[in-house]
Amino acid sequence: MNLRRDAFQAIADPTRRAILLLVASQAMTAGAIAANFDTARPTVSRHLQILTECELLGQQQQGREMYYHINAKKMKEVAEFIEPFRMIWEHRFNKLESIMKKYKARK
Amino acid sequence: MEQKTRIHAEDGKQELLITRDFALPLPLLFTAYTDPEIVAQWMGTRVLTLDNRVHGSWRFETTDPKGNKHGFNGVIHEFETNRKITRTFEMENTPFSPWIEYLEFESLDGDTSRLTMQPVYRSVEQRDRLLQLPFAQGIQMAHNRIQEIFSKPK
Repeated sequence: MNLRRDAFQAIADPTRRAILLLVASQAMTAGAIAANFDTARPTVSRHLQILTECELLGQQQQGREMYYHINAKKMKEVAEFIEPFRMIWEHRFNKLESIMKKYKARK
Repeated sequence: MEQKTRIHAEDGKQELLITRDFALPLPLLFTAYTDPEIVAQWMGTRVLTLDNRVHGSWRFETTDPKGNKHGFNGVIHEFETNRKITRTFEMENTPFSPWIEYLEFESLDGDTSRLTMQPVYRSVEQRDRLLQLPFAQGIQMAHNRIQEIFSKPK
């Protein structure tokens, strides 16, 4: 359960989602991934570490290079999960609550 | 921040159970669902019709950032003040069939109240697709960003 939540925190970040989309088409080295972003290389490395830790990315050694690939099984699990849907309702209901608190004060 | 909204989506069932406790007395929570001006504020929509009675109809219209209009409508089947609203819900011009929503309102104590929403969809597939819509939109945003990155001159 915890892992799933971590995976969701991982994809909440737009750069990490962009990394996942990049790697979805082919396995890539950290250097090749970083070349696609303006972000500093250590920042990209940190994103890769987070994505690997929550198992959205897998690593495979090929010769001297380490390649990152998508863990399709884990991605599917996250995709089926309902957190983004829940967040929409959470925001709506929070708004309802704050509007009605003011409404109460006004009356 | 504390997560107050709970969603129960049982595998293989064509319904959801959404519950939320509010730090509001029951009549205020109910008003948030029946006063057109207030509905417009928290749902972020235009309220074209909201006829709060049995056989009454409702229609909302939202405008997305691109200026496209999206319509939603339905009919109210049960209406009991501070207790329940049963209504149909149709997303216009989408492949989704209209569904039925059971909304139940209850008082927890004088200052807090609970809403239980039970939407029942045409099929398990339609429920699951609706659940995944917000996730798909998140991916679409990331995709647009990737296109920006690629189209940027190096």
